[in-house]
Amino acid sequence: MTFLDLDAPATPVVAPAAVRLRQVSKRYGGPAAPTVLDDVSLDVAAGEFVCLLGASGCGKSTLLSLVARLEPVTAGSIDVVGGRAALMFQESALFPWLSAGQNVELALRLRGVPRRERRGEADRLLALVRLEGVGRARVHELSGGMRQRVAIARALAQERPVLLMDEPFGALDAITRDVLHEELIRLWQEVGLTVVFVTHNVREAVRLAQRVVLLSSRPGRVAQEYAVSIPHPRRIEAPEVAALAVTITDRLREEISRHAGD
Amino acid sequence: MPATDPVVAARPDQSPDLRSLEAGLDALGRRSARRRIPVLRRCLRSALPPLVGGLSVLAVWQLAVWAQLKPAYVLPAPTDVARTLADQWQQGHITGAVWTSLRRGVLGFVVSVVVATPLGLAVARLRPLRAALAPVLSGLQGLPSVAWVPAAIIWFGLSDAAIYFVVLLGAVPSITNGLVAGLDQVPPLHRRVGQVLGARGLIAARWVLLPAALPSYLAGLKQGWAFAWRSLMAAELITFSPKLGLGLGQLLDTGRQLSDMSLVVTAILVIFFVGIGVDRLVFAPIERRVLRRRGLLAGA
Repeated sequence: MTFLDLDAPATPVVAPAAVRLRQVSKRYGGPAAPTVLDDVSLDVAAGEFVCLLGASGCGKSTLLSLVARLEPVTAGSIDVVGGRAALMFQESALFPWLSAGQNVELALRLRGVPRRERRGEADRLLALVRLEGVGRARVHELSGGMRQRVAIARALAQERPVLLMDEPFGALDAITRDVLHEELIRLWQEVGLTVVFVTHNVREAVRLAQRVVLLSSRPGRVAQEYAVSIPHPRRIEAPEVAALAVTITDRLREEISRHAGD
Repeated sequence: MPATDPVVAARPDQSPDLRSLEAGLDALGRRSARRRIPVLRRCLRSALPPLVGGLSVLAVWQLAVWAQLKPAYVLPAPTDVARTLADQWQQGHITGAVWTSLRRGVLGFVVSVVVATPLGLAVARLRPLRAALAPVLSGLQGLPSVAWVPAAIIWFGLSDAAIYFVVLLGAVPSITNGLVAGLDQVPPLHRRVGQVLGARGLIAARWVLLPAALPSYLAGLKQGWAFAWRSLMAAELITFSPKLGLGLGQLLDTGRQLSDMSLVVTAILVIFFVGIGVDRLVFAPIERRVLRRRGLLAGA
């Protein structure tokens, strides 16, 4: 299998780390509380696209919250280049009292962009996600896919080097998701983002990532890493994608089966 | 931003049809914009049912009069009431009373908003304050504010201050509770987005929490106005003094003292229509606008 190299270190990390996790642990409550994340160490290189993959309860969303500094770590340390990262959720979480364009402008305002530059910059960002002329639309008038693209534009408005995505396409239909995969890869290549993308969908992970990090569940630990060297453009139906997905799925099933007696 | 990986950047966008595919999906998925109903038809549609309802009440009333269920001084005919209304109007009593009451109502309401809004923010944010005040506010909301009239008269005498005191106690709890409920119901996801975007403290309150709480706050304001108006009438009805301007409540009490049932019914109708008028002309349009922008208004 040419696209999979199990034993070598997943990616030769040449670029400086954009996200660096060192022995990160997370518990909710006292020392007796169950450990959600246990001793997770992970480097994400600048410009890298990493997918965190795992079954429910593996703490992958928690991990993103920690990196986004929405919650404190229990132990260990997290360094993010640029201090903070942008974060996107499964729901677009656009503010319904603002238009699509105003949602982007709010992110610009909170970043400190002067008023006269905001409108133009918001238009530019909406055009970047190919939503020219949608700025005035109300959120509820947009389809799920359009909302997520506005959410991407809003995240880009924060101008953080690192974009964290928490199952951002989980609620979309298959075709829309497929289009957004392509869109995201295009943006990643154009803008030069570092992306940490959380999903439980193995094929989605292989479709997108340069590196797939498989987490075990309860507690969440790094179980295995896979380098994905299939060149872009990839298709989710491609045999190479499917082949690697099978390998990863088998490993994931193995992880899940360990909890049969829990 | 980190530099783009040169190998990747050199590759051109390899799917020119992505743009048209996306455009097609967008066109299919976008909710069609609201269909505009002509103004005339919209007015007709919203005015007709209450008009029919009002006419039905009038018809039942007239039937009761024709059936002579009660003597005329107890149950005046609609025509009698109409005549009284016209007389009072010509003498300027109605407009004077409406203005006096509306001025008091609006001033009392505005002061209530000014008091209730920071109070609501504080109760929603500060845990000990909430523990102490939330039950009191709920209790006050349930307490008929007419119960405060005797206390108000003893404390403030027969004065405007007594009236405003009662109005405030009527309106403040509703507005405060509306705002607190609105802030409590802000979706946690919106709070998290605010955090991710870097909004904290007052900035978060201004750009995330308050806008998110607005529909509930508006409902509180609307209810606050209704309570202010009720309380005002109760206060005016009881605090009758030549020193005070004649409001609608006092007009109503004049009718009682003269045993003039037509005047009593006239005053009740005017009070009713002023209350409804403010609700329909001031609060309803604002509420509709806010809900429509958020896609929360069904069918419009």
